[in-house]
Amino acid sequence: MALARRSSNLLKPLSTASSSSSFLNRRPFSTDDSTTITIETSVPFTGHNCEPPSRSVDTTPKELMNFFTDMALMRRMEIAADSLYKSKLIRGFCHLYDGQEAVSIGMEAAITKKDCIITAYRDHCIFLGRGGTLLESFSELMGRQAGCSRGKGGSMHFYKKDACFFGGHGIVGAQVPLGCGLAFAQKYRKEDHVTFAMYGDGAANQGQLFEALNMAALWDLPAILVCENNHYGMGTAEWRAAKSPSYYKRGDYVPGLKVDGMDAFAVKQACKFAKEHALKNGPIILEMDTYRYHGHSMSDPGSTYRTRDEISGVRQERDPIERIRKLILAHDLATEKELKDIEKLARKEVDEAIAKAKESPMPDDPELFTNVYRKGFGVESFGTDRKEVRATLP
Amino acid sequence: MWGIIKQKLGARGLSAPVFGDCMHRLRPMASAIRRYSSATKQMTVRDALNSALDEEMAADSDVFLMGEEVGEYQGAYKISKGLLDKYGSERVVDTPITEAGFTGIGVGAAYHGLKPVVEFMTFNFAMQAIDQIINSAAKTNYMSAGKINVPIVFRGPNGPAAGVGAQHSQCYGAWYGSVPGLKVLVPYSSEDARGLLKAAIRDPDPVVFLENEMLYGESFPVSTEALDSSFSLPIGKAKIEREGKDVTITAFSKMVGYALKAAEILEKEGINAEVINLRSIRPLDRATINASVRKTNRLVTVEEGFPQHGVGAEICATVVEDSFNYLDTPVERIAGADVPTPYAANLERLAFPQIEDVVRAAKRTCCRSVPMAANV
Repeated sequence: MALARRSSNLLKPLSTASSSSSFLNRRPFSTDDSTTITIETSVPFTGHNCEPPSRSVDTTPKELMNFFTDMALMRRMEIAADSLYKSKLIRGFCHLYDGQEAVSIGMEAAITKKDCIITAYRDHCIFLGRGGTLLESFSELMGRQAGCSRGKGGSMHFYKKDACFFGGHGIVGAQVPLGCGLAFAQKYRKEDHVTFAMYGDGAANQGQLFEALNMAALWDLPAILVCENNHYGMGTAEWRAAKSPSYYKRGDYVPGLKVDGMDAFAVKQACKFAKEHALKNGPIILEMDTYRYHGHSMSDPGSTYRTRDEISGVRQERDPIERIRKLILAHDLATEKELKDIEKLARKEVDEAIAKAKESPMPDDPELFTNVYRKGFGVESFGTDRKEVRATLP
Repeated sequence: MWGIIKQKLGARGLSAPVFGDCMHRLRPMASAIRRYSSATKQMTVRDALNSALDEEMAADSDVFLMGEEVGEYQGAYKISKGLLDKYGSERVVDTPITEAGFTGIGVGAAYHGLKPVVEFMTFNFAMQAIDQIINSAAKTNYMSAGKINVPIVFRGPNGPAAGVGAQHSQCYGAWYGSVPGLKVLVPYSSEDARGLLKAAIRDPDPVVFLENEMLYGESFPVSTEALDSSFSLPIGKAKIEREGKDVTITAFSKMVGYALKAAEILEKEGINAEVINLRSIRPLDRATINASVRKTNRLVTVEEGFPQHGVGAEICATVVEDSFNYLDTPVERIAGADVPTPYAANLERLAFPQIEDVVRAAKRTCCRSVPMAANV
């Protein structure tokens, strides 16, 4: 939408594909959609009360390239957000997703925009995966009118209703019953779609999760609970918070699958499997074994409760983007330089989006009073000094 | 005699009870001592809370702290820094992110006679646990006809911070303040923080202790008396922060600072404001508030919470009921805007009281300006 098309003559001449599973609007790489490449996931899946899917995943060169490009963009966006926060252009809370990109990317590759996603506050990349733009993202983070919530929500409250992305939630665990509610509506309306309710290992112990899961199972709701286990609930390691950190087993009678969340293809396979299951048999839990490089939020250095060696070790051994890079090079779909150019381009796009977002104005004062209700019946609302500022809610 | 006392004060080597006794016997001289010694220390609210927790845990082994990140992380806002090292993991308990569960566990422990201090990372998260606070803690002494009291403290930051959005900015003073069986305290200064938290921990009833994130880093002078480990402030008594004769401004928590600044501005315009630091929402110090309004004849209430059914609404009602004939002009309420908290900085500024709002309202009570209701 807002981003200009870029063509590159450094790249192999390739056919343009009309349907792109990537959310990026300009594709310097439009690759082969017909050749099948079979990838083995890093590790086999572990099933709980279910037969796990095969670890052989089919993909195409186009999908592989898209994975790389999209994750590179997500990574860049989060790193740029870090800088913006430090320059005080982003205020309040900012929870970054870098390291976890494969979960969003793999999930999107397996589902449609009619399937619902709901998550907690680490939502910037999920928003991008659902088709949100960098401009909407950065504008929202900086509290500007061009933001996806017009500057009124902030980092934790991104939404994209037209792509069935229902936020963006600040209270740990609350999004899981909400997700089951989305699934309830999907079943009520006899849709052929599912809901992915995402939560972290910290939220996995929340009582409301089990309440909602019980009902989802009782009523055969097409709900897929996705635990993004990055092993730390803020500063508390999983083993200090959960008697059983086998989150994929916590559903008891609800089947579960343990997935390498740093492997986009494992995620894709698992989500495909889960969607098929949920439409026939009700809820299933996916535990994505993943990792966040940043601390819990920008106010958390992330190094008081884990070692720098651990963080760099994961970056070295399991980085999701590196994994795809190696696959692309192994299958000779692009050269090292071309991949580096993609990353440079991602950086450029991010910088441009930030520059444009900075131009977007702050919300006008009357926006204080908009959207309190969908239908306000002309009721009065008040500012801080009720005799000085009052408004009529439409 | 004075020399010895000064030494004793300076050394701080005496055991708490002895020191306390000295202070008690010397109480009539206390003000003299204060004027005499220049030892008014500066202390942040954070350190005030930390030291209060430390001292109360040292004094009573039934007191323990539980909440998210209170132990190894040293506290999400570092209020409990050092306590895990000092008291161990049995008394400084890191919980999973499960408010309903751990609040219930805390209340149960209090039923059995322990004295839990339950920390909520913010009171927004306490909504997950509000059934336990209200139904299991607040009402139990009554329902059991006094057999089971609940000596628990629920504490944590309350109200808006800076840019944390709608789900993280609500003030719960009015909600908890409406519940019989609870005591609700709202410290402002470091002395408030120390004295009120100590009182809360020692109190045999459930206390909701509403702190403010923005105040944690602020420094205030603390008297030597306040530094003593036996120090505490009475629950249910407001403090007159600034005496005045023209208008009464009531406030709590961060808004006390705003009210004081507003008072300085008003002073320049010849309006002499009396600022009351509520310190306690429940019990509400109606006597102090009414006495003040009977003196000044004008009232402005200030709070960050939503206006409808707010703390200010109760104060206005109480003054209109008890001191109607003393009011020269209508009561004024300054409160948070009647909207969920927006994120954008300019809108957030419009959503919470600013010093100029307090000044304007005070001037209105003094008939210094014509009130305008601007239709937005």
